[in-house]
Amino acid sequence: MALSFEAFTLVTCLGQGVAAHRAALADCRSGLRPCRLPEVELDTMVGAVDGLADAALPDRLARFECRNHRLAWLGLQSDGFARRVAELRAAVGAERIGVFIGSSTAGIDRTELAYRHRRHTDGALPDWFDYRHTHNAFSPAHFVAEALGLDGLAVVIATACSSSAKAFAAADRHLAAGLCDYALVGGVDSLCLTTLYGFNALELVASGPCRPWDRRRRGISLAEGAGFALVARRPPGDAEGPMILGYGESSDAFHMSAPHPAGAGAAAAMRKAIAMAGLTPADVDQVNLHGTGTTANDLAEDRAILDVLGDAVPCRSTKGATGHTLGAAGIVEVLLMSLGMTAGLLPGMPTTLEPDPVLGARIGRWPEPHVSRRALSNSFGFGGSNCALLLGTGAT
Amino acid sequence: MMAAAEPRPPPSPRIPVRLRLWPDRLGIVGPGLPSWAAARPILAGQSPYAGPAPLDPQPCLLPARERRRTTFTIRLALATAEQALTGMAPPDEDGPAETRLPPGGSEVPVVFACSGGDTEIIHRICTALVDPARPVSPGDFHNSVHNAPAGYWSIATRDCSPTVSLSAFDASFAAGLIETATQILAGAERVLLVAYDVPAPEPLWRCRPLAGAFAVAMLLGRADAPGEGITLTLELCRGATQTALVPPDLEALRIGNPAARALPLLEAVARRRAGTVILPHLPGRQLAVRLARTEPLP
Repeated sequence: MALSFEAFTLVTCLGQGVAAHRAALADCRSGLRPCRLPEVELDTMVGAVDGLADAALPDRLARFECRNHRLAWLGLQSDGFARRVAELRAAVGAERIGVFIGSSTAGIDRTELAYRHRRHTDGALPDWFDYRHTHNAFSPAHFVAEALGLDGLAVVIATACSSSAKAFAAADRHLAAGLCDYALVGGVDSLCLTTLYGFNALELVASGPCRPWDRRRRGISLAEGAGFALVARRPPGDAEGPMILGYGESSDAFHMSAPHPAGAGAAAAMRKAIAMAGLTPADVDQVNLHGTGTTANDLAEDRAILDVLGDAVPCRSTKGATGHTLGAAGIVEVLLMSLGMTAGLLPGMPTTLEPDPVLGARIGRWPEPHVSRRALSNSFGFGGSNCALLLGTGAT
Repeated sequence: MMAAAEPRPPPSPRIPVRLRLWPDRLGIVGPGLPSWAAARPILAGQSPYAGPAPLDPQPCLLPARERRRTTFTIRLALATAEQALTGMAPPDEDGPAETRLPPGGSEVPVVFACSGGDTEIIHRICTALVDPARPVSPGDFHNSVHNAPAGYWSIATRDCSPTVSLSAFDASFAAGLIETATQILAGAERVLLVAYDVPAPEPLWRCRPLAGAFAVAMLLGRADAPGEGITLTLELCRGATQTALVPPDLEALRIGNPAARALPLLEAVARRRAGTVILPHLPGRQLAVRLARTEPLP
């Protein structure tokens, strides 16, 4: 069985919707810009989404007001996604569409703001602060369900940078168990002081743009993004466009914020995804790297790639284009890879100027025509949480 | 972009969602309930519930060096998970950690369910962010992720099995139990479920007032696992009344902490009682859990 994409959409610093991202990939564009957020005094580049100030939530969703939900709202309105969900809701019932959202920081920007406005008398947070509907980890799924009138299962997967990749795995299992007929899988994370200053404290943030696989790479570029997909289980090849044929999850069991140096956990996740899809490593013809641009990640991931797939399969990271969208990265990047597969194009790596000779995976600076039928997408998070998704076109 | 008359996928199978639970593979750490061994007679009505007492959960599997870097939330989740994995009560003194793992080590996927994450760290980070110097501690930041306990657990057990960390707000325990069931239905032999929630410090506390820290863990398996145990059958429902606990203190704990929504299930296990408990799920919905003694094969 495979997961088909009945509808999908995404929003990043590259733009809003599928057409904008197709164009950005073809142009090999980077959306990273110097950070101009108020309250941020770091010398850093970020992938910020334009238009969030104008993406006001409707009154009925006012209690959910936060940057994260504005971003989610922009996403849901793109590519007719909300309309498609409404059609299916009418067909199968609101309680038969499950909601599985990945997010790492949810609406923490509201809490950061609230702490800046504590009451002088007793230090209380201001009355407008609504923890449950903004900062709480579950709020992105609550928001999506409420926004689209869905009344079935809903859950947030919060495993740092692997969150929305793992959301696909959870959705598949719930569909297989008959607990829903469709799954709305999503990922959304927005720029906030916590991640900007937190990653900075760990010395993992580059001052220029992130440069995956580059000899002079110095760290990540933080970004925000939203991706949504309406998926269903179908026999492989039984739908137009790429389908998720397999997934693999593992833990590094090594360190909270550094990857296993040999990439063992990453390799295990990749192997499991390939095996679940009924394939062998030789069948994989493209890899979307997690490729954050930190010294440690790229080195460890490179070892995992060489170990599992060798040095011939073409590999690309899109984080030079979009930045690191954290909890949204899993879904945003698998959707970008899907767009590339449909267009017969490997994405370029606009910020990778001088490939690191120590690394052996076969990357490329420019977009390349490429027919890809079996593509792997990697997402690795803090706490050693690894998830690989295997995307395929056509029948097996 | 989508064709008007697109064929829809076949409707999902309505299969019974059944799991195995083992009565000696549970864990609990809560006010006046420091372990499953201590809680079992209380929930069975054989010993009185003495009320809250200070909690100091210490996970033995985590080396002291790593333990020093952890928060109360992380230690609570791990200490509870340990009880269920090893089937052993916390020791009075530290015993050697390695001997407490099941023979052959541990290769058990884990589902961590927590409604709000580590609010103690979130408070520290948000407080630091108000300071113009923004003194966010790097250790605090990597410990602030919702899946921090999962990360430390895999390091402590040296287990590369996948874990998932999720939230469904007050429905987190039910959501965790459902996720666990889906993993077992997908082929996992055994999965450890750990639900935990810790009250936030002020000023966050009054935005999310929880009645004390609480954690529960249970090792769950395939319904056709060999040997004795309890078979759980799960069913989503609507309009059913949640099962309450009779002792007012315990009922206050159940409704005061999302992880404690598991208490009626634990009570049924402690009382060796077959039947159905109704656990709250998302608003207006419930998760019915039917317990039946597994008949061992002759």
